[in-house]
Amino acid sequence: MIKKVLFILFFSLLATKFSFGNDELKNKIYKNLRCIVCQGQNVYESNSDFAVDLKKLVEKKLSNGETEQQIYDYLTSRYGEWIVMTPKLNASNAMLWVIPVGIFLIGLIIISKIIRKSKINS
Amino acid sequence: MSHKIRIIILSILLILIFLFFYKVLLSEKTYQPRSMIGKSVPEFSMENFKDINRRITNQDFSTKEIVVLNFWASWCVPCRIEHPMLNELKKKYKLFLVGINYKDNASNAKKFLNELGDPFDAIGSDSKGEVAIHFGAYGIPETYVIKKNKIVFRHIGPLNQDVVKAIVALK
Repeated sequence: MIKKVLFILFFSLLATKFSFGNDELKNKIYKNLRCIVCQGQNVYESNSDFAVDLKKLVEKKLSNGETEQQIYDYLTSRYGEWIVMTPKLNASNAMLWVIPVGIFLIGLIIISKIIRKSKINS
Repeated sequence: MSHKIRIIILSILLILIFLFFYKVLLSEKTYQPRSMIGKSVPEFSMENFKDINRRITNQDFSTKEIVVLNFWASWCVPCRIEHPMLNELKKKYKLFLVGINYKDNASNAKKFLNELGDPFDAIGSDSKGEVAIHFGAYGIPETYVIKKNKIVFRHIGPLNQDVVKAIVALK
């Protein structure tokens, strides 16, 4: 009897863990998808028609066994890189990745020069 | 580096930044995503609005030279505004029109067509909005022109006379 109870308990825990894991992945994907008809919201936060449709589609694709990357690839082929909250580095968005780093480096050089100058003066 | 050269370099930099923002601010603001242009028509299968016994698939019009595909719904006010232009595309320019009725109630959609006219050669029912996502649609109304099974033109929002001219020019 105890064995049976433990067996049921083990499998129900396993099922719960699996469903939580699936929900986690679903929410991760929702959070990484931009609601392109909203202002600055991801699909997870939005209740717009577009976001609701996208959530249903992601759920369907996951239950069909598609991977996270396959879902991103499918949606970027439809909506472009803009649909993903963290777009991949490519030729068209390279400047957006390079400029902040460049400004940071220039700032570092300026600050180090000022510090060096003030040390020499003192 | 002399003080004068520094001022010159700084001025050139400021002028370049100004020119960059000036050009960006004056550029065309209407965003027309191009991610589906040049691609083949995505595969789909939908309930047929006019014939319940037959489904509509992308194969149904793959042999057509040119197809105008329009996402619409009876609850969409801009769809009502653009409808006379769809009628014009059918009656005046004899184009093959496919309507995709987006998340709509069938009886309301039928009333809409009875009231404003039915320019569509075929209508599919996208009750879950999945076909819209296959096409990369943002919402409705949205119109695509398919030439030899490839998407060659896309317009987001209600049609206007300029868009009608652009579509007819693709014939």
